[in-house]
Parts: sequence; structure tokens; C-alpha cells
Amino acid sequence: MNREAVIVTEKLTKIYGGQTAVDRLNLNILEGEIFGFLGPNGAGKTTAILMLMGLTEPTNGRARVLGLDPARNPIQIKAKVGYLQENMGFYPDLTARQMLRFIAALNDIPPESVDGRIDRTLDAVGLAEEEQKKIGAYSRGMRQRLGLAELLIKDSKIAFLDEPTLGLDPDATNRMISLIERLNRERRMTILISSHLLPQIQRICHRVGIMIKGKMVAQGPMETLAREKFGVGKETYTLEEIYMKYFQES
Amino acid sequence: MKGLRVIIRKELSDHFSSYRFLILFALITMVSLITVYMVGLNIRNELEGIAKPRFVFLMLFTSPGALFSLVQFVAFFGPLVGLMLGFDAVNRERNQGTLSKLLSQPIHRDVVINGKFLAGVILITVMMASILLFIAGLGLLVVGIVPGSEEVSRMMIYLLVSIIYIAFWLGVAMLFSILFRSTATSALAALAVWIFFSFFITLGASVLANALADRGDAETTESLIKKAGIVKAVTLLSPMELYTDATATVIDPRRKSARSVIALGPMEQISMSRFSGPLALGQSILVVAPHLIFLVALTLICFAVSYTVFMKQEIRSI
Repeated sequence: MNREAVIVTEKLTKIYGGQTAVDRLNLNILEGEIFGFLGPNGAGKTTAILMLMGLTEPTNGRARVLGLDPARNPIQIKAKVGYLQENMGFYPDLTARQMLRFIAALNDIPPESVDGRIDRTLDAVGLAEEEQKKIGAYSRGMRQRLGLAELLIKDSKIAFLDEPTLGLDPDATNRMISLIERLNRERRMTILISSHLLPQIQRICHRVGIMIKGKMVAQGPMETLAREKFGVGKETYTLEEIYMKYFQES
Repeated sequence: MKGLRVIIRKELSDHFSSYRFLILFALITMVSLITVYMVGLNIRNELEGIAKPRFVFLMLFTSPGALFSLVQFVAFFGPLVGLMLGFDAVNRERNQGTLSKLLSQPIHRDVVINGKFLAGVILITVMMASILLFIAGLGLLVVGIVPGSEEVSRMMIYLLVSIIYIAFWLGVAMLFSILFRSTATSALAALAVWIFFSFFITLGASVLANALADRGDAETTESLIKKAGIVKAVTLLSPMELYTDATATVIDPRRKSARSVIALGPMEQISMSRFSGPLALGQSILVVAPHLIFLVALTLICFAVSYTVFMKQEIRSI
């Protein structure tokens, strides 16, 4: 199957006040894949995502998202790409429907089709029964799902999910992970997910990249990485073992 | 601009549903109504027996009632409205994590702060206009005099100047909300600026004037004038002073100069008294034009600084 690369970066670099946050990052993410973005906190994952969203300008190197340069056409990219940031905020006084309506208006979705779209989206993320509640009363898991709903309402082709499962209880985590998997399967959404929950990442991701201190130290399908680290003989491996191996070596 | 209307609508609905705004609005309306009612009663007593008074209607705004006139009241408390509307405009969004959500929607970054500023200006307009209409209505009831066209146009100019003046304070507050991360800090900083301009600059101006003017034995006329000049020059840096001078001249046709001290010899006094009639509207405007321009410039500078700082801020720190 010959799939198109939707995110391509070449030597993408970001230097904040003398410190290199992202160091010559080369990414190549194909349409419809789930890419696991791993690495310790402060490794530069969020900075890389910000550069891909056009929210911050790279110091060096170039990026192409859906064929566009994020530094030059941030608006077009933001229209097609959704970003679920870490510790994402909401307006606590709005209900889920009001919030989605606001996001839809910002994305120029014709008002006559908004309500139907919101109904379907709330259904898809399992919040249909809570839509009249104010977001301030939502649990963390519900908020994260509402965050996904925001990406769905604007019909994002690509989703950047930064720690979407951070601080969720096991049940909410599983729900979130299955939801992400379903979005990828049913809507062919390309997903770049950063997380520390290695078993879940292993379950849903097609390929992973491991980023340490701003550098991408490994990138590829898990089998390839496992073979690289453990040789051919090993049949069973976990992502955790691979990750720790890379982490200790760097 | 794309998304500007959406942001403005959102901000307006936030403001209108916030308690802080409602409380403030109620307070200001109440005080201005009381002021004008008292002024109105006084005017009625004063006007007993005078035939065909001119510009009585405008006296509703300028003559001090029990404590102060409406013009003074707005000069003093108007800034509070601006500050309250703007002090947490940006940093609240930043703290609750919604700013980066807004910025990852397909809108330009400046739309966010333009929208917030414009929504604030709309609110200020609604507020000032309704207060003025309240007062005009009450004036009709109490004084029983219908304003003429010139009085209405003077009132409109007063309204416009007041809006610009409060918008300036909104700009100051928004600037602090961009510079400081904590809403408490930005509120305090904005209040500090307000207090500085309302109390300390007058004190500072006379201290400075005393220091700069001649320290002769006797206070000559020249040294007094020089001192007054310095005081005026320094206080003109204060938007409050600019506003008071400008509006007083616009709304009081008998004022011919925005200056507080004029050197008058006996001959000048005679020649002045020959022209004691009210100034024409155009002439009043000419007198205050520099004040108005300076006030607008201050507002624009303030907004421009906020704008630049906000556009240049790294997203990581958002």
C-alpha cells in the first residue's frame, strides 16, 4: 500500500534561549497512521508539535504538514489539524454544546449544520447525556473526550494528542485509548500521540518514535526497533523494554 | 477579520453574565442618578425667576451636586470600569489553558486581543450611552427643559471622549494582563497606575514645580504663573487631567480655555467681559482638540504596545 506522507520534517530545530529543545528532527508520518511519540518529560515533544501546528516558529529546518509550511500558512494548517494540548483548558461556565458551538464558529462551520454535527460528535465521544452540564462539573476523563470532540467538530485530518491520558483513571484511560483507535479506524484520522503509557501505545500505534533530549533516537515499527535492540531471536518484547533500552543508552 | 465576530460575541456574553460587571454597572448607574437628581433640584432653585436660560440642560452634567458633578465622577471612576473589564482578559485564558486552544483554531493571533478590546469598547459604549440617556431622561423630568441641537451634539462629543478615555484604561489593563501571568498582579499593577494618575501626579507636579520655580523671597506674579505652568504641564501627562479638561470645555460652553490659571490684567478683564457669551461648538472643539488628540494617541500607544507584546510572545510561555 502506497500511502502519502502527511507530515514531513527535515532537520527541524528549535532553540529557546541557547537551549536546543528540538534538535534536527526528521519525521515522516503517513496518512492514516497512529504514530506514538515517546520520550521523557522535557524531551521536546510538545515543542515539536507546536512547530508542526504553526504555533511557534522553528529556528532551523523545515516542516510540511499536508503539503503546507506551518511557519507560513498556520491558518490553513490549523483549519485541518487539531491539537489536544496537555492540561487543556475549557471555559468552566459553558456546557459541552456551547463549547463545541464556539469552536465550530471559529472554524467557520455553517451555523445551519452545526447542531446536527454536534449531536453526532457528542454521540461519538459518549457525552450525549452530559451535554447540558457545565464543563466545570466534568470529570477529567469527560473533559479529555470533549477535547477530542472539538477535533471532530472541525473534522481534523490530523490530530496531535499531547498526553491525552495524563491523570486519567484506568477506566477513563481505556475509554480514551479505544476512542482514539476508533477515530483512526473509522475516520482515517492521522494521529500523533505522545504518552507515557507504553502498553497502551504498543496496543494502538503503528509506528513509534523515541525522542530524548531533543533528538529522535529511534523511529519505526515496533518490530524493527525490537530487532535492532534485541536481535532476531526474541519473539516477545514490550515497548517498555525497547524504550528503557534506548533511554539507558542515551 | 475571520473569527473576530465570534470572539466579540463570546466576550460580550461573558461580560454580561459576569457578576463583577453587573455590580459595577448598578453602582455607577445609582451614583450618577443620585448626583443628577440633586443637581437637578439645585438648578431648579437657582433658575427661579431667570428668563430663557441657555444650556441649562448641560448643567446637569457639570454643576456639582452634593459632592461632585457627573463629569468628575466619570473622570474618577470611569477608569475602574476599564480596569475591571480588562485586567484579566488575557492571563485568565492563559491560566485556565484556553488561550492555546483559541490559538490553535484557524484564526490570526491578533483576532483574540482585538476581539477582547473591541468587546470591551462596545460594553463601555453601551454603559456610557445608557447612563447619559438615564440622566437626560431624568433631567427632562426634573428640570423640564428639552435640550437643543447644540446641547445634544455637545453631549455626543462628551460621550465619545468618555468612551475613548475609558478605552484607554481598558488598554492599560489589557497590557498588564498580557505582561503578568497572575491576575492578582495585573489587577494590582493596573490599580497602581490608576492611583498614581489620580492622586500622586498632582502632588508630584506641585513638588516639582516648587523645586523648579524661582526660590525668591517674595512670590512674584511671574513665579506663580511659572509654577502653575509647570504643574499644568506635568498633570497633562495624566489621562485623567486630559479628560477632565477636555470634557469640561466641551460640555460647558462658558469655558474658553482649558487652562486653570490665566494672567489677567484689568484691561484683559474688561475685554474678556465683552465676550462673556458662550463659545460656539466649533470653538469649544478647537480649544480641546490637542487634549483629544493626545488622549486618542495615548489609547492607541497603549493598545499598540499590548498588541506587539502579545504577537511576539512565545507560545511555549502561553
